Amino acid sequence: MTKHEIEITVNGRKRRLTVKPNDLLLNVIREDLVLTGTKYGCGIGECAACTVLMEGKPVLACMILAVAAHGKNITTIEGLADGDKLVPVQQAFIDHGAIQCGFCTPGMVLTSHALLNENPDPSEEEIRDYLRGNYCRCTGYTAIVKAVQSCAKKNQ
Amino acid sequence: MSAMFKLVGKPAPRHDAWAKAKGDQLYSDDFTMPGMLYGKALRSKYPAAIIKSIDTSKAKALPGVHAVLTAKDVPMNVEISKFGQMKDVGGGFEGLYKVLADGKVRFKGEAIALVAAETEELAEEACRLIEVDYEVQPGVFDPEEALKPGAYIVSSDEGENESNLIMESHINKGDVEKAFAEADVIVENEYRVPPVDHAYLETEGGVAWVDDNGVITMRVGTQVLEHYRTIAKVMGLPQNKVRNMSVPMGGGFGGKEDITVETFLCLLANATKRPVKMVWSREESLEVHSKRHPEILRYKTAATKDGKITAQKVEIIMDGGGYKLLTGWVQMYSTVNAPGCYNIPNVKVDSYSALTNNTPSSANRGFGCCQANFASELQMDELAAKLGMSPLEIRLKNCLRNGDEICTGFIPQGHIALEEIAKKAWEGLEATGPKPDYVDGKKIGRGLAIGMMSYGRLTFMHDSSRVGLRIELDGSVTLRAGVPDLGGGQASVLCQIVAEELGIPMEKVHPYIMDTHLTPLCGTTTATRQLYMSGNAALVTVKVLKERIIKKAAEMLDAKPEEVQLINEKACLINNPLKSVPFVQVVGALSNDGVELFHEGQFNAPFTDVPNLHDMKGRIWPDFTYSAHAVEVAVDEETGKFEVRKVVLCYDVGKAINKNSCEGQLEGGCVYNQGYVTENMGWENGITKARSFAEYLIPTAVDAPEIETIMVESGGGLGPYGAKGVGEPADNSIAPAIVNAIYDAVGVRLKEMPVTPEKLLKAIQEKNK
Ligand code: FES
Ligand code: FES
Repeated sequence: MTKHEIEITVNGRKRRLTVKPNDLLLNVIREDLVLTGTKYGCGIGECAACTVLMEGKPVLACMILAVAAHGKNITTIEGLADGDKLVPVQQAFIDHGAIQCGFCTPGMVLTSHALLNENPDPSEEEIRDYLRGNYCRCTGYTAIVKAVQSCAKKNQ
Repeated sequence: MSAMFKLVGKPAPRHDAWAKAKGDQLYSDDFTMPGMLYGKALRSKYPAAIIKSIDTSKAKALPGVHAVLTAKDVPMNVEISKFGQMKDVGGGFEGLYKVLADGKVRFKGEAIALVAAETEELAEEACRLIEVDYEVQPGVFDPEEALKPGAYIVSSDEGENESNLIMESHINKGDVEKAFAEADVIVENEYRVPPVDHAYLETEGGVAWVDDNGVITMRVGTQVLEHYRTIAKVMGLPQNKVRNMSVPMGGGFGGKEDITVETFLCLLANATKRPVKMVWSREESLEVHSKRHPEILRYKTAATKDGKITAQKVEIIMDGGGYKLLTGWVQMYSTVNAPGCYNIPNVKVDSYSALTNNTPSSANRGFGCCQANFASELQMDELAAKLGMSPLEIRLKNCLRNGDEICTGFIPQGHIALEEIAKKAWEGLEATGPKPDYVDGKKIGRGLAIGMMSYGRLTFMHDSSRVGLRIELDGSVTLRAGVPDLGGGQASVLCQIVAEELGIPMEKVHPYIMDTHLTPLCGTTTATRQLYMSGNAALVTVKVLKERIIKKAAEMLDAKPEEVQLINEKACLINNPLKSVPFVQVVGALSNDGVELFHEGQFNAPFTDVPNLHDMKGRIWPDFTYSAHAVEVAVDEETGKFEVRKVVLCYDVGKAINKNSCEGQLEGGCVYNQGYVTENMGWENGITKARSFAEYLIPTAVDAPEIETIMVESGGGLGPYGAKGVGEPADNSIAPAIVNAIYDAVGVRLKEMPVTPEKLLKAIQEKNK
């Protein structure tokens, strides 16, 4: 199979990779870059456990070919905090008990972070709607919604 | 008393929250090893067939394939699984565990062969090259059909091949027939409840390798570490040659209670002497791992005209699917909980379970209890409607209270708060305002359901748990516990208990968990038992060390031990906190004296004998947790779609040791079994139609209602500080509350789940005819 050279910026670092045309961004992130915080939950775009930010927007890494990420800026969950300095929504998830098994957490946190960047003052309805593609089987979503709400500008 | 607590009762972040928030937590699928191979299972195309021959030669010849295994390569292919208990229970409770299909295939997707190859694609190709000669059989897919004489026999294994009956059990209390003859009102119904997938976000997976000393070692998330014993047996190895250095699970809910990938991985690693990884796809997970038991429940209830229930007669038929697994145990839960959480003088329950050619049924959060709760709570509502009583009134009239006995004659020791919590949930919902008739054109309805479910395992299993502690010389503590953590905070709460007792911050207690060679075995993370069992084990253990510390501190402070307390990393006098000595100094002094700074303690649950299944009497579980859900729904009468708008739930949690965790369980359980009402596996003649999350729809953030959680803390539980377990009881009474609310809205009561818009619409149309 022909191989492609791609260059992507992941968590601020330029990475050059050789990939097959059918390699998924999810597998490249997890296997080649060993950033295992991005999760496999379904592989076909139905759970959002594999969410990463591409140019700041949440995308599903299992639905994107690695070649299509060429030249793009990607943030995975590992790249969100600055060392031990968490972004507000990460801290809020911890404080509100919004993390149980934690398997949805990377996707949830990245999606919530993107929402707050787009809309610093989301209503409860807007939060639920923005997170509707992110499955969580453990929490019942209440604590997650509260965590995101606590980061809204009006609550700061 | 509670004012004395420093940590217990607080919403403490768990030790693993930071790693999880940053994506650093490793799960089963996150390990790679040098030379690692990929494992795949070839799965049966048919739900019922005889395997006439298997030809693996082409697969074996494929370059890059290192092993192809079938049943004949498994040293002991058929074993009786002990499911992690310490004691051999017998009595039909232990289920047959078969590694790879031989003789008859018993369900679609059953594993027939295993492959290990250098890439995942190669492993898949090798599976395609295996030729299986099947003789397709008619199969049987309905448990009632399966129990009829002359039915197709699911199993070809000795001891199971004469009939499909797995177990029958009975309860007889008083005289139901007499009560029916004298009744003012009788309500009679049949209910049907469907299979449920756990739908944890993490599918089953892990890695295994043979270590330098010949120990088969794996990293697999499981709810039952003790499976290493069954795996050793199957592989023909001593138990100390199999080790699981387990990892936290991305959700369990009972679905990781039976063996999943463990044996497959160990067999492949042993055959290839290379590390092997296997991760199931979502499709595979939905199709093959065990589901919640589908049940048919037939109820006949007698009552007086003022609403006192005088008799409850129940027949239950359970679909065990292709293998027995935990069916016998689940059946205990359905059977004993069948009458509901009520004080009823005359009870008769007859339950039967059958093998069929459906996907096996086994543990799923609620474990037989939520099936019975669904039926009995719909039954209550219909009775209330018939008598013109409110849903709350009928329940208050009949619910169990302290000192009442349940249907087996056992009187629960723990506090029974049903009356209080039923009122609080219902009144909590009413306090949100009077019920509107319509909102946005949708009909509004309100419903109530209450329930009880045990925490702790069946008492005839003689359950125990152990925790180990070591105090380090800098005053920090290492906690060792074989406690599988599936996300409920099972490990973290043990640290909280130890820190509380030693008067040190929680961060100073480091948990090392889930390693069968290194951690004391805590037993399974199932049956809502970890806080109760391992929490008590932690308490028993820390108290031994605490006593040593206090004794030494008293010496150093020139006081009596009873005058000393541990607080804020100091030992100080209770009456004069200024007179103190740092905790770390006491530890140093003890070390200097040659006193042991470590301890491993054990906690045992109450033990009972196996009950007589023809007339069950006495204690079956340690205690119960009681639940109440009040729900508001909106039904679209044009489409049959409904939404759950609000839930007020109330539980007596005994003591909420970690407020966040406790609330999180209650909210999570509520939405988990909100899904019970609508989720649809789409089983048809042994074929699973729902093969992805697009077809198996679980509740999203938009579907999930606004939840108000009311926690009553009676202190009346058997866990540490009077806590009760909540993990499974958390999903108990929500589903019937939703269906009762739909009735309140549109006047139709659907007795069969899933409640699909089509079914609901049809029922509404029929009623309006
Ligand atoms: S793994 Fe990508 S959406 Fe589920
Ligand atoms: S915390 Fe487990 S899936 Fe969300």
